[in-house]
Amino acid sequence: MVGTPLAGALLLLLPAGRFLPGDVAVRRYGVAVSGVTLLVAAVALAAFDFGSPTRMQFGVNEEWALSVGLRFHLGVDGISLPLVVLTALLTFLCFLYTIKHPPAGGSTRLLTALLLVLEVGLLGTFVALDLVLFFVFFEVVLIPMYVVIALWGGAGRRAAAYKFILYTLLGSGLLLVGMLLVAVNAGTLDMTELATRQGAGLTHGIQVTAFLLMGLGFAVKAPMWPLHTWLPDAHTEAPTVGSVLLAGVLLKMGTYGFVRIAVPGAPEGAEFWAPWLGLLAVIGIVYGALACLAQRDLKRMIAYSSVGHMGFVLLGIATLTPVGLNAALFGNIAHGLITGLLFFLAGAVKERYGTGDLDALGGGMLAKAPTLASILTFASVASLGLPGLAGFWGEMLALLGAYKPHGDLPRETFMTFMAIGGLGAVLTAAYFLRMLAKITHGPPSEVVAARSVAGISVYEYAAWTPLIVLTLLVGLWPKALLEVTTAPVRALLGGG
Amino acid sequence: MGQVIQSIDYAAIAPALIVAVTAIVVLLADAFDVPRRFIGLLSGGALAVALLSVVLLAFGDRRATFCLPGELRGNGPRSCSYVADDFTLLFQGVVLAGAVIVVLLSLREIAEAEMPAGEYHFLLLSAIVGALSLVAARDLVLLVVALETLSLPVFALVALKRYSGTGSEAALKLFLVSVVSAALMLFGISLVYGATGAMHLDRIALALDDLPGEYDPVVGVGIVLVLVGFGFKVAAVPFHFWAPDVYQGAPLPVAAFLSVVSKAAGFAGLAIVLALGFPAYAHVWGPVVALLAALTMTLGNLMALRQGTAIRLLAWSSVAQSGYMLAPLAVGTDRLPEAVAATTAYVALYAVMNLGAFAVVIGFRARMHQSHAEYGGPEWDSLDDYRGLARRSPAIGAALAFFLICLAGLPPGVMGLFAKVVVFRAVVAGDVTWLAVVMAINTVIGLYYYLVWAVRLFAAPEGRPYLIAAGPGSFPVRAAIAATAAGAVVLSVAPQLVLQTVSSVS
Repeated sequence: MVGTPLAGALLLLLPAGRFLPGDVAVRRYGVAVSGVTLLVAAVALAAFDFGSPTRMQFGVNEEWALSVGLRFHLGVDGISLPLVVLTALLTFLCFLYTIKHPPAGGSTRLLTALLLVLEVGLLGTFVALDLVLFFVFFEVVLIPMYVVIALWGGAGRRAAAYKFILYTLLGSGLLLVGMLLVAVNAGTLDMTELATRQGAGLTHGIQVTAFLLMGLGFAVKAPMWPLHTWLPDAHTEAPTVGSVLLAGVLLKMGTYGFVRIAVPGAPEGAEFWAPWLGLLAVIGIVYGALACLAQRDLKRMIAYSSVGHMGFVLLGIATLTPVGLNAALFGNIAHGLITGLLFFLAGAVKERYGTGDLDALGGGMLAKAPTLASILTFASVASLGLPGLAGFWGEMLALLGAYKPHGDLPRETFMTFMAIGGLGAVLTAAYFLRMLAKITHGPPSEVVAARSVAGISVYEYAAWTPLIVLTLLVGLWPKALLEVTTAPVRALLGGG
Repeated sequence: MGQVIQSIDYAAIAPALIVAVTAIVVLLADAFDVPRRFIGLLSGGALAVALLSVVLLAFGDRRATFCLPGELRGNGPRSCSYVADDFTLLFQGVVLAGAVIVVLLSLREIAEAEMPAGEYHFLLLSAIVGALSLVAARDLVLLVVALETLSLPVFALVALKRYSGTGSEAALKLFLVSVVSAALMLFGISLVYGATGAMHLDRIALALDDLPGEYDPVVGVGIVLVLVGFGFKVAAVPFHFWAPDVYQGAPLPVAAFLSVVSKAAGFAGLAIVLALGFPAYAHVWGPVVALLAALTMTLGNLMALRQGTAIRLLAWSSVAQSGYMLAPLAVGTDRLPEAVAATTAYVALYAVMNLGAFAVVIGFRARMHQSHAEYGGPEWDSLDDYRGLARRSPAIGAALAFFLICLAGLPPGVMGLFAKVVVFRAVVAGDVTWLAVVMAINTVIGLYYYLVWAVRLFAAPEGRPYLIAAGPGSFPVRAAIAATAAGAVVLSVAPQLVLQTVSSVS
C-alpha cells in the first residue's frame, strides 16, 4: 500500500523527455497512481476482518537493523484503518481536482511527485508499528509539504513554509526524545508490545517526562493551543490541495500519535498531564471559535476552525476513557472529511472570485452561484456539528466523555471543561452562520456582481461528491465507524 | 619465552606502513621532477591499496603488536600499543576512504593555486599516517605522537598557498592553538602517569579502579586536560575558534580533510581514551563532555545561522556536528559501548555527507574562480552565488541539496535522520535527557540554515554570470561528488549497513 505511491514518485524521477512528456499526462498519471493506492486501501477495507478489529492485520514484520532492535513492522487495526482509507481517498481526490485546477507555481511533475511522497509519509505513519519507523514516516511528510507551500503558495508563502517546517521539526525533535525515553526504558521499539505492557517497568517520573515530550511533539502537529500559530499561516498560504491534505490528514498524525503511542506507552504520564491537556484543549476550542469570529479571510477562518475542532479531539483524548478516545478518532475522520471539503470550496471560491476576503466577496453567492453556495452551506453546517452529519458525533461524544472522565481524573474539572466546550460549540455555530450570512445571502457586492462566475466543473463534482456522501453516511450511521474503533481503543487503554 | 627484541606484526600495521612509505616515495619523486599527474596518481593509488589492506585485515582476526615483552608484563594485561581490532579497522577505513576523496578534490586545486605537488601530497600522506596510527593507538605515548603526526603536517598544508595572506594567518592561528592544546594534554598525561604509573590504557584503567582517594583531584584534572587536547582536534567549543578562519584560509581540500578525516581520527582517539583508559572516572568526564557537547552544538548552530559564505557556514556547521558526535560520550559508563557505537555511526555517516558538501563547494568555487578571472567581482563564494545552481547544473545542485538535507537529518536524507536517531537513542539510554532536549532544539536551528541554502539552489539565478562549462580538469571533483552522492543514496536506502557494522564492532 505504501509501496504504490513510492514507486510512482520514483518513476517521476525519470527524465521528463522520456517518461510522460507533458503536464496533462503527468496529472493523469498522478490520478492513476493514487487511484491504485485507493483501490489497495479499499481492498484492505473489504478484506479487513471486522470480527477482530483489535488484531493487527495485513502485517509485515521483517528484521531491519537488528543491532538496534529496529524492525520493519507494519500493520493495520481498527484505529488506523479509517485513517488509512481517509488518506488514500483525500489524496486521490486532490489529484482528481488537480487535473482541471492545477495550482500556479512550479512544474506539475514536481507537484505530483511531492504529493505522492506526502502520501507515502502519511500512510506510513498510520501503518507503522515500530517507533523509529513511525518517526521516519512522520518526518517524510515535512519536506514535501514545505516545498508545496513554498512553491505553490500565496503571497506570504516563504515565511509560512519556514514557520511550518521549523515548528513541526521542533515538535518532532522533542517527540523523538520522548519516544526513545519510553523505548529505551521498556526495551522495545514495538508499538503493539508497548501497548500491551501499559507502561509496565517504567517509573512514574520517566512516564511523566516522556508523555510531556511526546505530547509536545504531537501537540504541535495537532495543533493544540498555544502551539498552533504555524497553522493559520500554513493553511492560508498553501495551495488548495496542500490545505486539504494538511487539514484533512496531516493534523491527524498528531492526534493519532496521542492515541497510538503516547497514551498507551506512558499511561501514568497521561494521567498526570490529562487535566492540562484538557484545559489547553478547551482553551483551543474557545480560542479557535473567537479567532474565527474575527477573521476576514475565508481560508484563514477555516484554518482557525481547525484549531477549535482539534480541541474537541484533544479533549476526547484527555478524558482517557473509551468514549473519549472513540470521540477523538471519530472527530478525526469527520474533521478530515468536512474540512477537506471546506478547503476545496474555499479554493473554488478564491479561484472564481479572485479573493477570499469575506468583505470583498460581499453577499449573494446563493443567487450568483447557487450550487457552490449550497455545498458551502452544507459543509459549514456539517462543520458546526448539526446532528445527523459527521461533525456532530465527534463533538458530542467528546463532551460526553468529559462528563464522565477516567476514574482517577478530577471529575469537577472535566465537568467545567465540558461546559466551556459546549459554549465553544455554540460559538462555532455563530461564526459559521456569520460567514454564511455574509457571503451567501444578501445582495452581491459591486465588484463581484460584475464578474461572471463559472459553474462547477465535472472534476470538482468528482472531488466533492464522495466527501459529501461520506459526511452524510458517517453522520447518519456513526455506528459503522465506532464499531471498528471501539474494541482496539479498549485494548489500548488496557481494558479487555 | 623471553623476548628482548620485539617482533613486529607487519600485517597489522600494513595500512599505516603503506601510506608512510608512499609519502617518502612521493617526496623523492618530486625531487626528481616526476610530473604532477603521476604524483597524484601515486598518492591516490597508495591510499586505495591501504584501504584494500584494511578490508583484508577486517576478514582476519584481531591483531596487536608492540606489546609489552613477557618479563616486563608482570601479572598485568597484555598491554599492546598498536591494536588492529574491528574498531580500529572501521575508523581506518573511514579515514582512508575520506582521504581518497580529499586527494581527488586536491588534484585540480594544486594545479590552479600553484602549490608544490610533491610537498602537498607528502604532507597529506604524513597526516594520514598520523590519523591511521591514532585510531590504532592504545597507549598514551603513541596517542600523543600520532596526534602530533596528524597535526604538524596540517599547519604546513594550510599555509601552502604561499601568496595568500589569509592562508598564513590561518596556519599561524592553527599552530598556536594546537601547540597550546598539545602542551595542556601532555601536562594532563603526566598527571595521569604520575598517579597511575602506567602509559598503556589497559593498565591505566586497572590502576584507576583502585586508586587511593587522595589522588582523585590529580587524576580528575589530568583527564580533563587530556579531553582538552582532543577537544581541539574535533573543534569542540571552547577550542573551536580556529575552525572558521582556518577553513576559510586553507586550500579547500585541506579544510575538507580537517573537517572529516582529522575529526574522525580525533573522535576515535577520544573514544579510545575515555572507554579504555578512564572508564573508572566517568563521573568526572561524563558531565564535562555533556557540557562541551551542549555548548558546541548550540554555539556552532547559532554562529552558522549568521554566515554569508558557504565555507564559513560549513565550518560552523561542522563545529555543531561535532557537538552531536560528542553527545553520546556524555553518558559515562552507563551503556558506554552503545554510546561509542552511536558516535562511530555518526562519524561514519557524517564523513560521507560532509565530504559530499565540500566536494560540491570545491567544484563550484573552481568555476567561480574561472569566472572571476574573466568577469571580475568579489572572490568569496557567498551563499547568494549558489542561487540557481540547480537550474544550471541539475545533477550537482540536486546532490548538494541532498547532502544538506542529510546533514539536517530529514527524509529523504534518511541516513542523516538515522544518524540523529542513533545519537538520540544513546543519549536517552544514558539518562542524559536534558542533553537530548538541547539536541532536539539544535536540530531545528540546524535545519534552518541548511534549508535556506538548499532553497537558494532552486531559486531563480541572479547577479553575476559565471562560466557554465565545467572546464578542464574537473573530472576528479566530479568523480568525488558522484562517489559521495552514491554513498549517501545507498546509505539512505539501507542505513542498516552502517548501523549493523558499527554495533558488531563496538
